[in-house]
Amino acid sequence: MYRYDEFDHKIVTDRVNQFRGQINRRISGELSEDAFKPLRLMNGVYLQLHAYMLRVAIPYGTVSSKQMRMLAHIARKYDRGYGHFTTRQNIQYNWPALNRIPDLLEELASVEMHAIQTSGNCIRNVTADQYAGAIADEIEDPRIISEIIRQWSTFHPEFSYLPRKFKIAVTGHKNDRAAIKLHDIGIVIVRNDRGETGYEVHVGGGQGRSPFIAKKLTNFVPAEKLLAYLEAVMRVYNMLGRRDNSYKARIKILVHETGETEMRRLVDEEFKRIDTSQMLSLPEAELSRISAYFAPPNYETLPAQSKAFEAAKGSNAEFNHWVKTNLVPHKTPGYGIVNISLKPIGGIPGDATDVQMDVIADLAQRYALDEVRVTHEQNLVLPHVKLDEAKEVYDILFAHDLATPNIGLISDSIACPGLDYCNLANARSIPLAQEISTHFADLDKQYDIGELKIKISGCINACGHHHVGHIGILGVDKKGTEFYQISLGGSGDEQASLGDITGQAFTEDKVVDAVDTIVETYLNLRQPEERFLETYRRVGMSPFKEQLYAD
Amino acid sequence: MAQHSSKSARFQAVTANRLNDGEVVYFKDNRWIENFAEAEIADGQEAAEALLTRASPDNMEAFILDPYLFEVSEYQDGFTPVSVRENIRAKGPTVRTDLGKQAEAG
Repeated sequence: MYRYDEFDHKIVTDRVNQFRGQINRRISGELSEDAFKPLRLMNGVYLQLHAYMLRVAIPYGTVSSKQMRMLAHIARKYDRGYGHFTTRQNIQYNWPALNRIPDLLEELASVEMHAIQTSGNCIRNVTADQYAGAIADEIEDPRIISEIIRQWSTFHPEFSYLPRKFKIAVTGHKNDRAAIKLHDIGIVIVRNDRGETGYEVHVGGGQGRSPFIAKKLTNFVPAEKLLAYLEAVMRVYNMLGRRDNSYKARIKILVHETGETEMRRLVDEEFKRIDTSQMLSLPEAELSRISAYFAPPNYETLPAQSKAFEAAKGSNAEFNHWVKTNLVPHKTPGYGIVNISLKPIGGIPGDATDVQMDVIADLAQRYALDEVRVTHEQNLVLPHVKLDEAKEVYDILFAHDLATPNIGLISDSIACPGLDYCNLANARSIPLAQEISTHFADLDKQYDIGELKIKISGCINACGHHHVGHIGILGVDKKGTEFYQISLGGSGDEQASLGDITGQAFTEDKVVDAVDTIVETYLNLRQPEERFLETYRRVGMSPFKEQLYAD
Repeated sequence: MAQHSSKSARFQAVTANRLNDGEVVYFKDNRWIENFAEAEIADGQEAAEALLTRASPDNMEAFILDPYLFEVSEYQDGFTPVSVRENIRAKGPTVRTDLGKQAEAG
């Protein structure tokens, strides 16, 4: 894992001290709310419905056991005993008092964490594949370039007043688990014919009110030129992006209005200028220095098959289920990647208590080479677990309600905080996720349905990724009452697509029935081995619509 | 964000968030209280405007954030917020009834 150098330490400590002064001046009345608001938004502090919310950055979704223990400690000491993991691999605390936030941030800084790049119109915290460094067939660990981008973008003076926020995601694997095509910039690590590693750059994806799949602007940028290329994209956006209307200010609108070809030309032109100056070439030595932080941990040499693991699967049906859905093959023989579901049946997606976070920290330390990952689907991952010890890990997870065997299934939905917490929301999201998971609690039924991703947002800003849900649910407000629009056929993976709206919105009490109807329609129409998304792509909207609006 | 009130609203109250902790507060007799049940209710548009004006003098700005009017309706012996949003603000998250005002009330 990356460790701070003296510059990182100084930047983070200075920022805590500066923000402490700003908060003190606000509370004493020296600073007005108008002056203070942009300052708190540069430090991850939002005012929500009931209290302030602090968003803590988890760069590329990687934390150590020590950091996870700190996240638990913060939940206990400064909040109400829990935190909420988000679709941007961050964690949010829902109840911190303003005057205690500086102490909270100081404690976070002691474990190399902060709330920088979690709000405001800057380049946000970079996200990456949660299986980075652990999955087979990865071209390069995406965290290396993510960390380089983090260093380049943190407090970048030219890009601290962008038209709007800016999100970058990276994957080093052909299977996209980071939804890179729904980001302002999505990077795919690739290898060319000569065996050289480089970067494919997608620009202008995003959800919100006007969703777009990103356009691939280049097939290959060599490593030393990537920052120059990114800077070129940022510069074109910073110069031409709209500032007159916040709904049209994201780069996706610029790409859409400018056109892919012209956008590519503008970026190439700027890229040539930057590249010729050589100012932003990434030195090989620096690349190696950062890469060393992400060198593979010390795996033991183990046989590919574990007798203990096979025996446990044979004797314990529940463990066997969990292995099927939550354990993914590791690139190293004798190891597995363990997914920890934060979606217990009827639970709140993404929430974890302080006790659970401590348990996970202990597991990471004892069994997973000290690492935990956060997924954009609001689950956690222990990336390097010995198969020999998988059953022990499972037992401990099970004892703390962390072993729900439902990764990728219908009860593993994404849900934004919605109107239960969020000041922007029009409708609640969490209760729908709870009702749907309770309705489909039966595991045999869930396995029969197979992979089905439900994504729920409480407003058009789409934090719950509803546009790319196989079934997407969007909450809307009609004169103070909640209604829900349903869409089908969205996907956030390498074959990204935006969902189609079924038709008229449903009242809250009709949503579960509607989802049930959609699922039953799929089960009746599917061909052998066909997943929901494949069936939808084959048959289209009509049969679903007919059933949904039959009366 | 949803609309808090409408032109046709008869009864309205004023709410805001408190600077120190973000707590939801309501205006009553020139002070701010935490409990919706005790909030001052304005009857009619003129009374509502007057209430908001009283609630928004400059010196309040130091510790009260963005006061606004929202619609309420008669309910049993008192009043209740009309929108889901204001009901949730008055009570706490519906998915965590152990937290927020609703928990303290119990």
